[in-house]
Amino acid sequence: MRREGGYSAGPGLILVPAILLVLLTYYGSILWTIYISFTDSNLIPNYRLVGIGHYIRLWSMDRWHTSVANMLIFGSGYIVLTLLLGGTLAILLDRQARGESIFRTIYLYPLSMSFIVTGVVWQWLLNPSTGVQQFVRDLGWQSFTFDWIGRPDRAIYTLVFAGVWHASGYVMAILLAGLRGIDPEIWRAARIEGIPVWRVYASVVLPSMRATVATCVVLLVTHVVKAYDLVIAMTRGGPGTSTDLPAKFVVDAMFERGNVALGSAAAVMLLLIVAAALVPFYLYQRRQPK
Amino acid sequence: MTPAMASRGGIGGRILLYAALIVLALAFAAPLFVMVATSFKTMAEIRQGSIFSLPHQIDLSAWRDAWSHACTGAYCEGLKPGFVTSFQIVVPAVLGSVFLAAINGFALARWTVPHADKLAAVLLLGAFVPYQALLYPIVHTLGLFDLYGTIGGLVLIHILLGQPILTMIFRTFYAALPHEIVQAARIDGAGFYRIFFQLILPLSPSILVVAAIMQTTAIWNDYLFGLVLGGTGNTPVTVLLNNIVNTETGEARYNVNMAATLLAGLPPLAVYFLSGRYFVRGIAAGAVKG
Repeated sequence: MRREGGYSAGPGLILVPAILLVLLTYYGSILWTIYISFTDSNLIPNYRLVGIGHYIRLWSMDRWHTSVANMLIFGSGYIVLTLLLGGTLAILLDRQARGESIFRTIYLYPLSMSFIVTGVVWQWLLNPSTGVQQFVRDLGWQSFTFDWIGRPDRAIYTLVFAGVWHASGYVMAILLAGLRGIDPEIWRAARIEGIPVWRVYASVVLPSMRATVATCVVLLVTHVVKAYDLVIAMTRGGPGTSTDLPAKFVVDAMFERGNVALGSAAAVMLLLIVAAALVPFYLYQRRQPK
Repeated sequence: MTPAMASRGGIGGRILLYAALIVLALAFAAPLFVMVATSFKTMAEIRQGSIFSLPHQIDLSAWRDAWSHACTGAYCEGLKPGFVTSFQIVVPAVLGSVFLAAINGFALARWTVPHADKLAAVLLLGAFVPYQALLYPIVHTLGLFDLYGTIGGLVLIHILLGQPILTMIFRTFYAALPHEIVQAARIDGAGFYRIFFQLILPLSPSILVVAAIMQTTAIWNDYLFGLVLGGTGNTPVTVLLNNIVNTETGEARYNVNMAATLLAGLPPLAVYFLSGRYFVRGIAAGAVKG
């Protein structure tokens, strides 16, 4: 098939090997990881197949259950709050405030910094003896307590705070681009009809941006599945294993505990989670009128 | 909507809008403020004062220590070696990945590469893959080619793994160019590379800047590959920062930690503040739609 504006292959074909190398890096590695997950590789790979034993072992491990449960808590908190805060920022900026670019710059700057930097700062802010807790106590409220980062039952939520701070500007930027694409006629008509602004957002503007919001959700899901650096810098998985996440489980199993097959089985689980988010997204996008 | 329409919201609404924008801006800026303020304080002042107070006087010793004396284990050379390593990784990896993606994006958009659409879709899917699923095969393969623990290995991996999203961005950009430009050159008998270098590249500075910014921040901020592939000799700045902050013995020197964190965050922050518009364009382009 000859596409519009396409030209016969010729030297362009020379480039295909570079693309193939990229595909090999991605898909070759994925297939390799899947294969290893069915072997009994320990410190070094071993290609003797042993079946699904490592998957069974994985799902019988408390530590894996903890990390999956943590991912669900962190993920739902992170995605919901980032969408809410990012959406709020986008709508506020859409109201034509003066100094919009200054505000936008401030809301988005956390995204430019690494998760390690983010984690170190929030660890310091949430440290009970030096951070926010101490600040409020010094103001005179002596009994104020905010020690979640050191509490096994609460530490996972502190990752949500840091993650939301890091990513809200990202969602804001994507949604703001969508809001700017809304037909100005809608606003004019709404004003003539005397419809309040919030109702226009709630019943016209936001529903028309469902596809953009879905894009944000998928991107945030991939962040959650990949979440590794932030935990390392903020809590190192602790206290105990209370902030362990699947991505950290994989790296630890492969490189610290010398269990490559188990780590690979866990990595395959991460792939399945991403696929579970991508497939409905893809089907949904295909149904959208272009 | 236009400013005139927005003003119909009434004075009260406007005041509320600015109050919300300013409160949120202060909340987003607070962690950066705390970092800067803490880095200029002495430890005595940190123990007495609050995290949100300004330093009594600017004390630069924490910055000096962070740069050249802070310790990780037995090594006390500060962040400086990590800075050097990160620069050695970022410069060739950014140039290489952007250049390769530009050529491939152009080939996929404008040349009749067999199955270009399918190839592009499969390539793009790579952008969603959690790196944990590629990690072990990459470590193993780099080991086979004696690239494990080398800067060259890290550069190669960053070039390859950056391709899905970058190629997609360039492909979208080149697909929108009027194709008469290329057609005229074809009639003059110009080949693929002549057209690319003499005609297409000079038309692409804005998208090249967008791609270079995306890659610079992404590669500078990388932790996972730096940790796993860097080996002992080539520790990038994010890994070194985490080691300095999290392997301290004795009382944590928060001022040194914050100065080190700022140093590690400064290059991407500088890129962000100097190039805001392009950074936002990269986000919009990276928010891939189906």
